[in-house]
Amino acid sequence: MASVLRFRKLCLTTLRSYEPSEITLKDNKPKVDKKQEKSQVIGNKKVRWGCVNSCCWFIGCVCTTWWLLLFVYHCVPVNLGGLNGPEPPGVRLKNEGLTALHPVVLIPGIVTGGLELWEGRPCSQGLFRKRVWGGSFAEALKRPLCWLEHLSLDNETGLDPPGIRVRPIPGLVGADYFAPGYFVWAVLIENLAHIGYEGKNMYMASYDWRLSFQNTEIRDQTLSRLKANIELMYATNGNKKVVVLPHSMGVNFFIHFLKWVEAPPPMGGGGGPGWCAKYIKSIMNIGPAFLGIPKAVSTMLSAEGREVAFIRAMDPGLLDSEILGLKTLEHVMRISRTWDSIISLLPKGGEPIWGDLDSAPEDEHRCDFETKSYFQSTSRENNNSRNKVTRPQIEINERTKYGRIISFGKTASEQHSSKLHKLALVELMQAISNATCGEVWTEYGKINRNNIQMLADNKAYTAESAIDLLRLVAPKLMQRAEAHLSHGIATDLDDPKYAHYKYWSNPLETKLPDAPDMEIYSLYGVGIPTERAYVYKLSPADRCNSIPFRIDSSAEGGCLRRGVYYVDGDESVPVISAGYMCAKGWRGKTRFNPSGSPTYIREYQHKAPSLLEGRGLESGGHVDIMGNVALIEDVLRVAAGASGEEIGGDRIYSDILKMSERVKIEL
Amino acid sequence: MALLRRRKQPDSDPHPDPDQDPKPDEEDDKEQKASKKSNKNGKIKNYSCLDNCCWFVGCVCSVWWLLLFLYNAMPASFPQFVTEAISGPFPDPPGVKCLKEGLKAKHPVVFVPGIVTGGLELWEGHQCMDGLFRKRLWGGTFGEVYKRPSCWVQHMSLDNKTGMDPPGIRVRPVSGLVAADYFAPGYFVWAVLIANLARVGYEEKNMYMAAYDWRLSFQNTEVRDQTLSRIKSNIELMVATNGGKKAVIIPHSMGVIYFLHFMKWVEAPAPMGGGGGPDWCAKHIKAVMNIGGPFLGVPKAVAGLFSAEAKDIASVRALAPGVLDSDLFQIQTLQHVMRMSRTWDSTMSMIPKGGDTIWGGLNWSPEEGYSPRRSKHGKNDTESPTVSDSASEVTHANYGRIVSFGRDVAEAPSSEIERIEFRGAVKGINVANNTCRAVWTEYHDMGFGGIKAVAEYKVYTAGEIVELLEFVAPKMMERGSAHFSYGIADNLDDPKYTHYKYWSNPLETKLPNAPDMEIYSMYGVGIPTERAYVYKLTPAAECYIPFQIDTSAKDKGEDGCLKDGVYTVDGDETVPALSAGYMCAKGWRGKTRFNPSGIKTYVREYDHNPPSNFLEGRGTQSGAHVDIMGNFQLIEDVIRVAAGATGEELGGDQVYTGIFEWSEKINLKL
Repeated sequence: MASVLRFRKLCLTTLRSYEPSEITLKDNKPKVDKKQEKSQVIGNKKVRWGCVNSCCWFIGCVCTTWWLLLFVYHCVPVNLGGLNGPEPPGVRLKNEGLTALHPVVLIPGIVTGGLELWEGRPCSQGLFRKRVWGGSFAEALKRPLCWLEHLSLDNETGLDPPGIRVRPIPGLVGADYFAPGYFVWAVLIENLAHIGYEGKNMYMASYDWRLSFQNTEIRDQTLSRLKANIELMYATNGNKKVVVLPHSMGVNFFIHFLKWVEAPPPMGGGGGPGWCAKYIKSIMNIGPAFLGIPKAVSTMLSAEGREVAFIRAMDPGLLDSEILGLKTLEHVMRISRTWDSIISLLPKGGEPIWGDLDSAPEDEHRCDFETKSYFQSTSRENNNSRNKVTRPQIEINERTKYGRIISFGKTASEQHSSKLHKLALVELMQAISNATCGEVWTEYGKINRNNIQMLADNKAYTAESAIDLLRLVAPKLMQRAEAHLSHGIATDLDDPKYAHYKYWSNPLETKLPDAPDMEIYSLYGVGIPTERAYVYKLSPADRCNSIPFRIDSSAEGGCLRRGVYYVDGDESVPVISAGYMCAKGWRGKTRFNPSGSPTYIREYQHKAPSLLEGRGLESGGHVDIMGNVALIEDVLRVAAGASGEEIGGDRIYSDILKMSERVKIEL
Repeated sequence: MALLRRRKQPDSDPHPDPDQDPKPDEEDDKEQKASKKSNKNGKIKNYSCLDNCCWFVGCVCSVWWLLLFLYNAMPASFPQFVTEAISGPFPDPPGVKCLKEGLKAKHPVVFVPGIVTGGLELWEGHQCMDGLFRKRLWGGTFGEVYKRPSCWVQHMSLDNKTGMDPPGIRVRPVSGLVAADYFAPGYFVWAVLIANLARVGYEEKNMYMAAYDWRLSFQNTEVRDQTLSRIKSNIELMVATNGGKKAVIIPHSMGVIYFLHFMKWVEAPAPMGGGGGPDWCAKHIKAVMNIGGPFLGVPKAVAGLFSAEAKDIASVRALAPGVLDSDLFQIQTLQHVMRMSRTWDSTMSMIPKGGDTIWGGLNWSPEEGYSPRRSKHGKNDTESPTVSDSASEVTHANYGRIVSFGRDVAEAPSSEIERIEFRGAVKGINVANNTCRAVWTEYHDMGFGGIKAVAEYKVYTAGEIVELLEFVAPKMMERGSAHFSYGIADNLDDPKYTHYKYWSNPLETKLPNAPDMEIYSMYGVGIPTERAYVYKLTPAAECYIPFQIDTSAKDKGEDGCLKDGVYTVDGDETVPALSAGYMCAKGWRGKTRFNPSGIKTYVREYDHNPPSNFLEGRGTQSGAHVDIMGNFQLIEDVIRVAAGATGEELGGDQVYTGIFEWSEKINLKL
């Protein structure tokens, strides 16, 4: 179908001006023409070759050729293309003698899981049990408003709006491919299958990634389902413990599960202490966002993150077009603000982890965009400016202040903290007046323009105050979400308040379960610049419902590119968030890891794929890493029984250990 | 994006018509001039055949795209609107009707699909299946059957000896609701029921499709895939997460006996059973709503195993009848089908059970005197008395003789039939040459002597059928008899009945101790259903199946019971009413030795009404074996029970056939 569409487009572009006339003529004209042609051919060998006919002729030619090629393509033996590719790791390891041993649980992250419709408004007729998220997104284009309506959740409760039921797609199909041809888990699944995995020892724990974690249990009983399936697989596979593979936000989801499953009902799953020790061999976190991602802040503030607001990346044209009445971003913000789960990705741990106004763990990070040519597009410029390379590094001695996750204006991001104009946020709390927008979409509609100016005057926000900022601009959202999620650091983990589920997904406010044999891996890509801090400006527009803040894409210099400060990471998650817990927070026996579960860090250096490789066999990108050969091999070995030591212990390319040393947290 | 661009066009489409019309002519004129010029230049432009072809293709394509666009732009309710305009307003779908009455999802629901209807996908295969990882081999479009037929047959077959995977091949059932919602695109199985249940609030969390590999014997699904454990765990989970509401089980077709097996398995102690303890069923199951259940087997299975000629079992044939006779497989399609389906143990679970006691002997059968209710079929409403006279003549059909060689034998009184014992007959030496190896069936181990011996015995009743199959296909039956049994238990407390091979036979097991559980038998009636066969010997050929249904055997009347060599009785096209109804009508009714705890049983028959016009698709009142899943009345019953109603509230029994009279004729100790 895709090919047909592509082809149709081709024809249409060449045809656009003629098509209508051709269509109206189709009934009478062709026959007449043909007769005329014939008579003329016979008569004086001179033919009228109408424009319409030429078009038809052209389409015909192209079609025929296309079909011919298609036919040839189908006739070619399937394995012709496969011969060139290297042997997949699964086959290689199978030849080494590895076979399926431990059952495997896959936990997808945010965005990548498919959602399907179970009940909807009249406008969604005919879509029962069809994908509304994932797949071809055809409906998003056909009936965008209807689609948006069905994807958003209720503003007050964070659950289904009345009359709409959108549910995660269960089973491996839930997240094997996000869109046709764009694999998420498919490569890993196929390699696991090579060494003997199949439906009975592989389980995709798909969940509704729009909900807060505890709500997935309340609405769908997803956590109970996961618990029952792990127990089942443990029992049916000869009492072999499971290997859990969470990805991205699935990591936080699974940390929540670890606490939930051992907590007593009704809040928890009632598995009792020792459940994790009994059923889980290891947790192999892929691209984990343990401590959140700065991107989530920008998404909540101005709907401008890249991966979280994946919609944008998928259809960049859509954003600026008039299809949705010029308010695409606002629409995106409106629905994404009903999704509690994004709040779970806000940076956790505040200033000790993410840095304060003047210092941050990544301080010594050197932005070498140019030497490593991170950006393909800029690599050409580098060749003629090679001699300049040393200059920016000297400049950088003026350290980038990564701690200021949001700063208004480039100067504010660089000034020393003493020079910053600071306002206590409490002052800002006052006088949030009702603005006069008819229909309030985003909570910005309620905020007076002057107050927004005041927010911007505050200049710089750290991880902690950025959350305060969000509380100001989106009070309802944060109130709803913070009933389910927390972003602090616990001083006393034995405080009874930490028995509440809102702390369970924050590794800095929970203890790991008592499971000394359970291994925790952190597998992530490095070598890609990753968003870490933003330079904002006020957006000029003063319309109703418009978003008053915007990333200042003109700000450049040093680690700053188009208004964004970058550090090392996997394009979505900075190294500090992915690696800190396993490198330091949980290493050995700490208060967060009282039983001393072993932790391992496995980093994968990003190598940009060549043109023919598709998304690469050695990619470190947040999602593309699922196709990384080295990662797949590690996963397969562990699933087949190897321990962390046997696969080589830590494997580190970044400065994660140094960075972790600079984080001052009592352990 | 192309779509979007397209969308703008129709707005401007109708209006510029008049203006645009002359334009091409003008352009044509210009072209003419141009061509004149080119004439002058000496380049004469000719229209070759190729150009005309291209032109034609172009036209067709453009029109096609236009239609496609219109189709896509059409509001989704349009087809329904048209249908309603033609055939009057639709009744509300049962889901909507029940929702309006205030019914809500209450008990979790488990579907158990039948044979053939569940999808299978590839997990590991040989070279020839490259690129099909996790693609459907069975169900869906069956695209691979046409592309690489022999490879497909190889992957669909199981191991001849073990009845499990052949080495290097792993074909697994598709899991989840998608496994059996549609069998092929547009051919629903469970989809309609699912959609209606969803209306009253069901979704994935309280609906579970117990997909299993329907090729395996029931116990082997547990051995290989742990399917039974999975079902147990999922039922427990759903009961727990839905506030302790017991589950309503809806098995269909072979799923019915699969679930019987499950109920025994789950309460049996590990390792052979699931170790759920003696009250597992009482705790977890509210009702078992069997749809079209072949409790006592189907005669069709015999024909399927004997000569690969049944419709449903070897549904490959029904699906693609052309393929059977074409040269695609070098004219051996049937043999290939037989070889493949004979490796499937599950087909043996449907061999008629209970022998002569249930299915009738040489001279009697429970359905004796049955004549088809012709008026139901709406074909000829002018029923003349003469025809009904002739119909009464036909009632001599001896249904008990499930297989008879020759029509005269099928009708003759038993005293006149000369039967020569076939058991122990020398099979003779196979003379077939090696070319037959490619399509190996056990017939090629059998020489002419054996074949003759089979034919000389003339008539086989249900009890003898099993022996017949053991004679012609000893290896297959040996494998099968380790997993299935077809008899009637004399003493149910005999310790041998704890073996799993008896669990799927309702006549050799007790129902679980669950007095509150309800068992429904819901099936369609009013469709002629295969019951007995007239066979003949095939004219010899080299690689052949020596027996064939004698399609020339017919009754004189339009409405006789014998048609194309097949005696039919009332049923749902696949399962005779006797097999579907007997257990609930008699065998389990009240407290019997098969039902010691007195589980309540209900018989719900649904009279078949063919769809009134083609717009209705497969009909909302159909009684056919699979189409009944779209029967509004049945769906309503299911929803009511799922929402909490009891059998009494539904209205108890609903019977159209003589199932109770037939049951009385069966002389079985209860």
